[in-house]
Amino acid sequence: MLDCKQNTELLSQSLERPITLRERMAMRMHLMMCRGCRNFEKQLAFIHKAARELPRKL
Amino acid sequence: MSAAINLDVLNEHRSYLVRYAILQLRDPHLAEDAVQETLVAAIESKSKFSAQSSLRTWLVGILKHKILDVLRKRSREPQLNVPDGEDESELVDALFKENGHWADPPQTWANPEQSMENTHFWEIFEQCNQHMPINTARVFMMREFMDMTTEEICQELAISTTNCWVLLHRARLSLRECLDLKWFGIAR
Repeated sequence: MLDCKQNTELLSQSLERPITLRERMAMRMHLMMCRGCRNFEKQLAFIHKAARELPRKL
Repeated sequence: MSAAINLDVLNEHRSYLVRYAILQLRDPHLAEDAVQETLVAAIESKSKFSAQSSLRTWLVGILKHKILDVLRKRSREPQLNVPDGEDESELVDALFKENGHWADPPQTWANPEQSMENTHFWEIFEQCNQHMPINTARVFMMREFMDMTTEEICQELAISTTNCWVLLHRARLSLRECLDLKWFGIAR
């Protein structure tokens, strides 16, 4: 089982590299049970989007 | 159309370019230099500018190369090769308990999309970016702001892919924490 720390690492890496099926399953299992990580996942996507928007906001 | 590019026109974009460069370089002097070189290069190669793209986009394209030149020169200096300060691994340690669970699980953010319309939000975002340790911020900005791939960043900074992922992850954790403290958490 992944813990939250490992899960956030994987969530972050999924923005950088293809994630294996095994990893994807493990993340899904964890996310189903963990509200903190579900929030983190959404916030990660938002930060990614916001950082890309920044050049237009300068 | 190339006749339309002169110093006056270019100077209208100068302050934007300087802010762009400061975000990446975090040093006003280096940023000024990079922008100066960009403007000179723009004048020299103005015939290459096609009116199909916006002038600002074209200038930013040149600026990115100048920023990378500066980073390249600096990466030969020892500073970048030193492992990042301890404070970031401390941050990660503080966010998680010993068993790997959140010390303080992230709570919902209210209306993040709406925040993107708010000027003050972007000030906080820039502050949070400045708040990160310099090497972490640099890798993050190369990735997200300058839209480079992980491979390009690794090559540019001569660091391993794994190291690059670690720095990117720390950057995201740090930004999330800072935005939560300074923006989203305040309304809670």
